[in-house]
Amino acid sequence: MECVIMQMSGAQMVCEAIIAEGTKTVFGYPGGAIMHVYDEIYKQNGFEHILTRHEQAAVHAADGYARATGEVGVAMVTSGPGFTNAVTGLATAYMDSIPMVVISGQVPLSLIGTDGFQEIDAVGISRPCTKHNFLVRTLEELPRILKEAFYLARTGRPGPILVDIPKDITVDIGEFVYPAEVNIPTYKPTYRGNRRQIEKAAEAIKKSKKPLLYVGGGAVLSDAYMLVRELAEKTQIPVVETLMARGVMGAGNPLLLGMLGMHGNYASNMAMSETDLVISLGARFDDRVTGKLSEFAKYADIIHVDIDPANIAKLVDVDYPIVGDIKQVLEDLIPSLEDVNTDRYQAWREILRRYDELHPQSFVDSDKEIKPQWVIERIGELVGEQAIITSDVGQHQMWAAQHYPFDRPRQWINSGGLGTMGFGFPAAIGAKVACPEKTVINITGDGSILMNMQELVTAAEYKTPVINVILNNQFLGMVRQWQSFFYEKRFSETDLTFQPNFKKLAEACGGIGYDVTTKEEFDAALKDAIEKDQVCFMNVAISRFENVLPMVPAGGALFNMMLPQKSEDDKGEK
Amino acid sequence: MSLENERRVISVIVMNESSVLARVTSLFAARGYNISSLTVAPIPNSDMSHITIETQGSPRVMEQITKQLHKLIPVYKVIEHEEMVEKEMVLIKFPIVENLSDISALCSAYNGGIVNVGTEMVIAMVADEPCRIRHFIEAAVRYNPIEVVRGGVVAIER
Repeated sequence: MECVIMQMSGAQMVCEAIIAEGTKTVFGYPGGAIMHVYDEIYKQNGFEHILTRHEQAAVHAADGYARATGEVGVAMVTSGPGFTNAVTGLATAYMDSIPMVVISGQVPLSLIGTDGFQEIDAVGISRPCTKHNFLVRTLEELPRILKEAFYLARTGRPGPILVDIPKDITVDIGEFVYPAEVNIPTYKPTYRGNRRQIEKAAEAIKKSKKPLLYVGGGAVLSDAYMLVRELAEKTQIPVVETLMARGVMGAGNPLLLGMLGMHGNYASNMAMSETDLVISLGARFDDRVTGKLSEFAKYADIIHVDIDPANIAKLVDVDYPIVGDIKQVLEDLIPSLEDVNTDRYQAWREILRRYDELHPQSFVDSDKEIKPQWVIERIGELVGEQAIITSDVGQHQMWAAQHYPFDRPRQWINSGGLGTMGFGFPAAIGAKVACPEKTVINITGDGSILMNMQELVTAAEYKTPVINVILNNQFLGMVRQWQSFFYEKRFSETDLTFQPNFKKLAEACGGIGYDVTTKEEFDAALKDAIEKDQVCFMNVAISRFENVLPMVPAGGALFNMMLPQKSEDDKGEK
Repeated sequence: MSLENERRVISVIVMNESSVLARVTSLFAARGYNISSLTVAPIPNSDMSHITIETQGSPRVMEQITKQLHKLIPVYKVIEHEEMVEKEMVLIKFPIVENLSDISALCSAYNGGIVNVGTEMVIAMVADEPCRIRHFIEAAVRYNPIEVVRGGVVAIER
């Protein structure tokens, strides 16, 4: 890099900033207000641009790219409807703290506030669903804002940043100096935890009899999984993972009880109900995890480690608050636990082992029809740690979280906080672009997949061979499950018997389609899909009325779980 | 006033940039917090502004308000006032037919006075503690005020 001050247009500055930040791929969709930037994209070679077929998909793809790599994902959209289509993507990334920069075009400065063509107040709309946003008002501030956007996205508690750029600013020519450093006096995240609090927490751990590690998505974002494993192994304290933390401990780790919460397994939820010390690492006590708050970890003191002070004591009283990055806090905490007596927790581990024996995470398989849980476990057997698994939202998402043998963080990509149907496929495209050597499988449902099915065209064009496994029960399954349990089986607007021909749909868009009705067909289809290296829809007919169990009814106490039947004869539904 | 819904005054020191006030107020709206009064003015010789917010809520809600405000990128400092001097200003317009000496006496009892007299009306200004401002407005009712404009609370820590 030469240190000459260059004259260039705002549009060029946007491209130069993206290149300077090391971004290799931008996902987007052009339009009137962002055209000058697209003109510069055409001229440059510093990064690839992937044209999705919907702005929402562009943002989800950038999100999937960020989740798979830990780097900042970048998406670009035009003003007005281009931006409003991107809002769901921003909100999805915001709820899961995903580092992302979204650049939107805006009408020229002179037209702002006049209800111009394709004008919408982008910063106003995105304020509650971004970590921060900018409306660029002068060309001079553009390089600084771009630099700050990337910095804010990846530091502290990560999150999506919107940069809204009026068209005339992208045309204007000025000096470009990309700042080397960022100095925002009002923004100083805390990374190192308070020493004294950490010492106190270590003492509490040594004094407890039934401690429990409660690991959340923050452990993934902080790339702290090796330290979480080290902490668990050194202390022999059992671990529960949230939906966002699947893979942190690694399947098969004897200390991992499983996932807790509404669809958590029996041992995990009982552990949380009976523990005397919760050690929360980057989890935020979401209502889908806690169930009835007054019954949640009722007998426990709580150590809460989080980089965001606002997460601490938001929902539960915390005895040992530690503000900091999980990785750095664990670096300080683990040495303080040198002399921990692991035998102390032996009785507790034994209780939990018996709970798990009593009600293991299981399902009753069938020879007559394909069970969704079998599909998930089978994918795990066939591709295992080699794959990145994305999902949409609903029953298939919970089955995947419960049954897939995740080995490492960033292997499991799903919309946990916002619960966005239509997320999985574009996120899988983003993950595949980021990690072309991995097999990327989107586990989806017959409801969710239709919400971004146009991305078949994108995946076919750019040769991103994402395998979409559609667990097809001809229902909007999770809503149907609630209707079965809580609405006396009035299946209001959840019957999806009227469906497209998924096989032909995939073929029409340049992909491959498979109709799967038996286990043998599934094995054959998956092998073929991996060999063909082409985007596909695998339409798997599964048992229609399968439920996600265990289940804690919304607002109920964690220990009051509906458990799976132990035999095949209970169906109760026709 | 119960502890669960205690009245509090918060000062928020923010960078002086566009839409910063919208960030603060939309946070209150989005999270269901209440704003009773709000004043904003630039801090002299700086690029910051001082926002004073009168609000109420349980201790947990107050803690969340403070933390969430802190999280906003342009927010420099949040002061949850404990030991403070607080003042509020009010302007009141009376018809000129009312007894001016009574109005004047009332205003001076509340730390103010008549600030403008026209052919049709007089305007009085009072600056005092918020609860005294409430009393003053109640007392002024008998002089048939035409218009009452309250300024919102400002506070400074002692």
